[in-house]
Amino acid sequence: MTVLLLNLTLMALWVASTGVFTYANSALGFLVGFVVLWWLQTLLGPTAYFRKLPLALWFSALFLWEVLKSNLRVAWDVVTPNRLREPGIVAVPLDAESDAEIAVLANLITLTPGSLCLDVSEDRRTLYVHAMFAREPDQVRREIKQRFERWVLVLLR
Amino acid sequence: MPALIDSLIIILLALGSLFSLLAALGILVMPDVYGRMQAASKAVTFGTTSIVLAAALHFQEADIVARCLLVCVFLFVTIPVASHLVARAAYRAREPLAPETSVDELAEHTKDAP
Repeated sequence: MTVLLLNLTLMALWVASTGVFTYANSALGFLVGFVVLWWLQTLLGPTAYFRKLPLALWFSALFLWEVLKSNLRVAWDVVTPNRLREPGIVAVPLDAESDAEIAVLANLITLTPGSLCLDVSEDRRTLYVHAMFAREPDQVRREIKQRFERWVLVLLR
Repeated sequence: MPALIDSLIIILLALGSLFSLLAALGILVMPDVYGRMQAASKAVTFGTTSIVLAAALHFQEADIVARCLLVCVFLFVTIPVASHLVARAAYRAREPLAPETSVDELAEHTKDAP
C-alpha cells in the first residue's frame, strides 16, 4: 500500500515536472515510477507490490469482461419474451475471513449483473447470494469461488 | 487522435444510455423486489460510470476529470452496499420471493424467511 502511494507520488512529480497534464503523460509517469521503484526494491524491504499490481490490472480486465458477459445475459432475458431465468438464493461457503475480504467479495458479487449479495451468516462462514440463474446452485457456487473469491484472496492477502 | 477520442466518447455515451434503458426495463419486467434490485443496482452503476467517463474524456481538464473519477469511485463503493442493504431489509421484512424462485438456502438458517 505504501509502495502504491510512493508510486503515485512519483507520478505526480513526473506530471508536475514535465508540465503536461494529460492521461497519456500520467500513465507514462506511473510507468516510470514503477520501473524506478522496481529498480530500487531492495531499499523498500519485502513487498508484494510488484507481483500484485499486474495481477490487479489483469483481474480488473477479467472482472469487466465478466460484467459485460452477464450484462448481456440479463439484458437478453429482459428484452426477449422467453424467460430463461430461475432465481434462487444460494449459500456460498466462504474462505475469506477478514472484514475487508468479505466486504470486497460481497461488493464484487453485487456489481456483477445476475447476482446480488443478500446476507452474511452470523458466524461469517457463509454468504447468501440471490442469483438470477440458479438452476444449478452448485454451478453458481463454483463460479463465485473461482471467478471472484480466489482473486480477492490472492490480492488482499 | 481527436477522432479516436470522439468515437470513444460516442461509444461510452451509447453504452451508458443502453445500460440505463435496460435498468428501466428490468425494473418493469422483474417479478419481485430482489430482481428489481438486481436491475436497478448494476445497470445504473455501469450506465452512470460510462456517461461520467465520457464527460471526463470530452473535457480533459484536470478539475473536471478529478471530479468525474471521484464520482465513479463513490458509485462503485456505495451502490452495492445500498442495494445489499435494501435486499436484506426486504428479506427480513418477509417480502415474498417470485413464484418461479427455485431454491432458497437462506430460509433454513433464519427465522424470518418470507
